[in-house]
Amino acid sequence: MELHAQQLHYREVNQWLRRCSQDGIHHVTLYGIRGHRYIGTGLNNSLRIQIHGTAGNDLGAFMNGGEIVVYGNAQDGVGNTMNAGRIIVHGHASDVVAHSMRGGTIFIRDDVGYRAGIHMKAWGTNPPLVIIGGTARDFLGEYMAGGTLIVLGLHDSSAPLVGSYVGTGMHGGVIYLRGTIAPYQYGKEAGLQPLTADDWEYLQHTLAPFCEEFGFNLEEVLDHTFCKLVPLSRRPYGRLYEGAVGAINSHG
Amino acid sequence: MRPAQRYDHAGCATAGILHKGGQLINGEAIIEAIGTMRERGNGLGGGFVGYGIYPEMKDYYALHIMYDREDYRQPVERYLERALLLIRSERIPTRPTPGVGLAPVFWRYFGTIPPNEPRPAGESDDDYMVRVVMRINLEFDGAYVVSSGKNMGVFKGVGYPEDIGRFFRLEEYSAYLWIAHARFPTNSPAWWGGAHPFSLLQWSVVHNGELSSYGINKRYVEQFGYRCTLLTDTEVFVYLLDLFLRRQKLPWEIIPAILAPPFWEQIYRTEPAQRRALLTAVRQVYGAGLANGPFSIIIGHPRGFMGLTDRIKLRPLIAARHGDMAYLASEESAILAICPAPDEIWEPLAGMPVDERLYEEVVL
Amino acid sequence: MKNFLPSDFLVHIGPECILCGRCVRECSFGALEQKEGHIIAHHARCVACQRCVVFCPRSAIAIVPHPSTSRHNAYWTPELRRALLRQAQTGAILLAGAGNDQPYLNIWDHLLLDASQVTNPPIDPLREPMELVTFIGRKPDRLEITADENGEWKLVTELPPQLKLDTPIIFGAMSLGAVNLRVHKILAEAARRAGTLFNCGEGGLHEELYPYGQNTIVQVASGRFGVHQRYLDAAAAIEIKIGQGAKPGIGGHLAGEKVTEEIARTRMIPAGTDALSPAPHHDIYSIEDLAQLIYALKEATNYSKPVGVKIAAVHHVAAIATGAARAGADFLTIDGFRGGTGAAPLVIRNHVGLPLEIALAAVDDRLREEGIRHQVSLIASGGIRSSADVIKAIALGADAVAICTAALIALGCTLCQACYTGRCAWGLTTQDPELIKRLDIEEGVERVQNLLRAWTLEIKEVMGALGINAIESLRGNRERLRSIGLDTHTQEVLGIRPAGM
Repeated sequence: MELHAQQLHYREVNQWLRRCSQDGIHHVTLYGIRGHRYIGTGLNNSLRIQIHGTAGNDLGAFMNGGEIVVYGNAQDGVGNTMNAGRIIVHGHASDVVAHSMRGGTIFIRDDVGYRAGIHMKAWGTNPPLVIIGGTARDFLGEYMAGGTLIVLGLHDSSAPLVGSYVGTGMHGGVIYLRGTIAPYQYGKEAGLQPLTADDWEYLQHTLAPFCEEFGFNLEEVLDHTFCKLVPLSRRPYGRLYEGAVGAINSHG
Repeated sequence: MRPAQRYDHAGCATAGILHKGGQLINGEAIIEAIGTMRERGNGLGGGFVGYGIYPEMKDYYALHIMYDREDYRQPVERYLERALLLIRSERIPTRPTPGVGLAPVFWRYFGTIPPNEPRPAGESDDDYMVRVVMRINLEFDGAYVVSSGKNMGVFKGVGYPEDIGRFFRLEEYSAYLWIAHARFPTNSPAWWGGAHPFSLLQWSVVHNGELSSYGINKRYVEQFGYRCTLLTDTEVFVYLLDLFLRRQKLPWEIIPAILAPPFWEQIYRTEPAQRRALLTAVRQVYGAGLANGPFSIIIGHPRGFMGLTDRIKLRPLIAARHGDMAYLASEESAILAICPAPDEIWEPLAGMPVDERLYEEVVL
Repeated sequence: MKNFLPSDFLVHIGPECILCGRCVRECSFGALEQKEGHIIAHHARCVACQRCVVFCPRSAIAIVPHPSTSRHNAYWTPELRRALLRQAQTGAILLAGAGNDQPYLNIWDHLLLDASQVTNPPIDPLREPMELVTFIGRKPDRLEITADENGEWKLVTELPPQLKLDTPIIFGAMSLGAVNLRVHKILAEAARRAGTLFNCGEGGLHEELYPYGQNTIVQVASGRFGVHQRYLDAAAAIEIKIGQGAKPGIGGHLAGEKVTEEIARTRMIPAGTDALSPAPHHDIYSIEDLAQLIYALKEATNYSKPVGVKIAAVHHVAAIATGAARAGADFLTIDGFRGGTGAAPLVIRNHVGLPLEIALAAVDDRLREEGIRHQVSLIASGGIRSSADVIKAIALGADAVAICTAALIALGCTLCQACYTGRCAWGLTTQDPELIKRLDIEEGVERVQNLLRAWTLEIKEVMGALGINAIESLRGNRERLRSIGLDTHTQEVLGIRPAGM
């Protein structure tokens, strides 16, 4: 099924998608998308949506299965509070990619803006995975509580791979960077670790579908320095407050 | 003089007569009807509204304005000359009457909206007039618009209604619809503006009772640009009606469901579902327009009148018909005084309207 | 480091004591110990939660303010000096539980209600209809009504979703984590029986409570804990939590120790990790972003339920509330600074925010000035203590109120303010399985239900005295309120006249 959405409001586009989903249609293509919001929100099943154009804010918010492939760019809030499914963007995405994402996969071919992967979590057997082909700005993985963020910097070697305040308040999950990061760039709650053989194996296995999707050469991508950021504690603020749980007698 | 900012409580008597064929009735009749209920008033307020009294001027807004003193008149007239295209201005004739004390000055103005007046997009002539009325009431000292409709007018003041009627020489007017009111204010500010009817554009209301919900009714209409300046709860009825009937174009039949809606228990039992859904939505959306507390009112409009009591019938209302005539009053005696043997006479149920109109073919 | 802190309280054990040891077992703060035929009190550990007092079979225990004193100083109060000493010892931010307990002006108790005498009659609430039914949800400006083919009037306007409350009192947001599952179960069941709503707070909705969905407001807060499609689908309404009256402008922090398996499952995070709620929503940095999230949630639920916004009472609350209403919120929850918290920095709890009375009046006024008050529902919360507070809040302009602390008090809370320790002796704000057992669900439901019943009856009594038989005629009816002992400015903000005028 196809829909030409140039003249339609996002509510109409999403209503159409909801109908397709209810009618048991598995694959739809949207043309003429320019800023239509919330595409893929509230569908709750396995619909595959192809989008031609620029996907609007909150693409796949609360997404709970299925797949969205954007042939073009995406705006703010890709995969906001996403629970399951897959979002693939053949282009770049703006700020707050994968905010509070809990499960599923997001592939962005090019760069992302500020606060990607902020407060990502993990739950159950479907931890979230975000792979960014280009670069990421400040606050990448802030408050990160679970899941995996990978930033590859495949395009413009002159741009910094990531900004500052990476992983501040991080207390779960892992960030892999294809390149290096200076100490001032990441938060005091996160720490660098050398990659283990398991990490390399994980990267190989995880990056394969990403490279396949966008036509990158997996060998070349992996033939590079990588670093890994992990949280130093699952309880980064344990000593910040007086008298809280576990220290009941300290005020006593 | 308008007393300090507080609103006033009152008990009262009401009466209304309508010729459904549009024939004009001399003002004596309504004076006689309301006069029989002298016991219900206390001489501190009486008033009348007549529809059809200015047939030669029926295309012009008729403003009745009360001035506390003669010297308050000039600033208002200067404003009116700018705001309206006046075609006639005159003092409302009165006569010295025993029982009527020191009276304010009453003038009337007939006019239309100036064609080149800059106005907000989509504003109707009526909207414009509402703005003019609100402005005079709010901004001009000692001046109050008593009525502002076409081919109708309000005459009211401090005194027993029969005395007020004579004061205004009502025997010189004829109307197809007359509504009257005798007032029993609990405090006695002796303020002429506090007498009933209250009126805006073509709507007029007389009211027996008190609104326990006044505080919220007032704040609700204020959201829509109305200003309650006349210090009695009755005023708010007029604005509610203007809002619902003229601006929101709700059908007349819905008005009782807003002002005196059925209880939820009754609504839950209402059949068919279409009616139930309607009543539910009306209460959900127009709850702030519910007139809570004891009331019986007569609403006047160019095509007739509607009598309505509160939903637990705390105030009286009697209705009657005789030939082409329709009657409403607080007491049967008032109707019998002018129509000794009506064809039908009945007591309307709580919250159920008596909706009497001119015959459809009557052209005014 | 040596502890310079004197004790707050003295646990006095009288000669009636039979050394049964019950008090020792009841004390969850380690303040009592049985040793060598004595009950020994560690006074410094006592939080005056009254658990031992109530459960002593011989009524032998009294907890009194510690009688030792230092030189009186009205400026350097004992509370200030204690706080300072605690910080000197730990270098940490002080925490507090429950609501702001400071002696700021309490406006509720300066408001008096009207009653009818002669000119309009009071109504007997026991024998004549008295309607409290309240609908929460967005209302259109006007209804479109037409005649159908039979000449019957028919509604054309399709109303946005409305939630029916049988009484204008709902239970406010307390997250699973701040309180335990039994508290949630009690509130959910009591809400169901009373025909009202409970709010699961920002920590997700436990699987066992999904059947109560139609009596549940689910929250979407900055941490997005437990927010997923099923959660949104289950609810009667969704509330975006922007702020909380007890701690406006700051996030939350559920300590890893409180993140048990059960809580982790509900919040959908690993057990034992800190659950951090950021101060802002990181997808809301401006009002248009709030509109975006409101509509994301409406899209996710196909416009089938109201989406509201909860904000803390702060200085510009009126403008913020108006913005939220214009951003598409179907209801607004205004949370005053007396509202409770499981844990907040003491400095925030005691010094930030506004009284609910002021905020509510200001919001209601501003929405009216903008001509949109009738479009949104207004829920007032934060320190509602009695049916009188409920009535005054509604007269000031609320559609309904939300209660939390009052419900907890009904369940045993003594406002000892030690919620953040996780050791609640009454089994409310603790995740300790032994302490939770102290809370009996069925009895708890009965207590809370009784409270709602009693308040509902009292509201009807007062409405009867006011001569008002439908709650919508009380809502925003400030004409029926007068102030006593308030300054002119406060009266102006409240929009009410002084008694006697």
